[in-house]
Amino acid sequence: MSDFLWVVVIGMFVATYAVRASFVVFGQRLRFPPAVVQALGHVPVAVLTAIVVPEAIAPGGQLNLSIDNPYLVGTIVAGLVAWKTGHTLAAVLVSFAVFGAMRWLL
Amino acid sequence: MPNRTTVALTGLRDTLPLTVGTTPFAVIFGTLVVSAGLPPAAALALSAIVFAGSAQFISISLISGGAALPVIWLTTFVVNLRHALYSATIQPATKKWPLPWRVIGAFWLTDECFAVFERRMQDANEHETLPYYLGVAVPFYLNWIGWTAVGAYLGNRIPGVATLGLDFAMIATFTAMIAPQFKTLVPVAVAATAGSVAWLAQGLPYKLGLMLAALAGVAVGVLLDCRQRRQLRRETVEEAV
Repeated sequence: MSDFLWVVVIGMFVATYAVRASFVVFGQRLRFPPAVVQALGHVPVAVLTAIVVPEAIAPGGQLNLSIDNPYLVGTIVAGLVAWKTGHTLAAVLVSFAVFGAMRWLL
Repeated sequence: MPNRTTVALTGLRDTLPLTVGTTPFAVIFGTLVVSAGLPPAAALALSAIVFAGSAQFISISLISGGAALPVIWLTTFVVNLRHALYSATIQPATKKWPLPWRVIGAFWLTDECFAVFERRMQDANEHETLPYYLGVAVPFYLNWIGWTAVGAYLGNRIPGVATLGLDFAMIATFTAMIAPQFKTLVPVAVAATAGSVAWLAQGLPYKLGLMLAALAGVAVGVLLDCRQRRQLRRETVEEAV
């Protein structure tokens, strides 16, 4: 493994561990203002959507909003199943089946 | 008082569905790292040292997309910020742990370990929280590393694994994680903003678009929260009058 990758990994460890250790290790000396806590609540939706959207509408960098884009159709299926049932794993399995079938047929 | 081993085994049993559920993702992660042209050791190092599923997946696309170091680190930090809330939530249950255990235990504070531990920490006896937490976290951690190794091995062995579309697994999982929240206006607006900005800012260097999109989404969320709070206050005042 190259030195660059080691530097990547160590930095990612620090960025992850610092957040997890914050309160558990430093206890009550830390305190978040309520506004920050509320802002943090929006982070997962914002980050995950920002990752998903470009990959779904433009796999490989080419914008493809048609029904024969398996990434787009699969993402919509995953979203609908999860939204309706609340089951993450079910949504992943169903959407993966649709995605796989489309890749195989098209 | 049940002994520590029994308590730890209860923790292991309570986590089992999540351990099994994350196994495919560990395999896919290992495979993806190798198919992105990175060495299998990188897959193991990320799983063993960073141990943060979504950040690990994102890092592959950032590294292979040529992102700058600070961008990779900052994105990891932003993606994992939610863990600060977990850390704050379990703090009361962990404050009696010896310091070395708090230092080590914090490392394993993933979404899954938090979800299981949080459910049990209130009604557990205070001597039981540490063995229970270790029963939750350690097998889950070892399972994640082990199946990452299997994935990396398979990725090396199966030709053409890169064209199988395994990257869709990450997209499907993220979508399934956020979609149940789209039942009120604010998360929908946050997602719409973040998604649009991510698409429009794609051309930015060093993959900075992702962070810009996340910030824009959070900003919209905060603005809408403020507006709702103001509205609520106005209604309360009107009722009082």
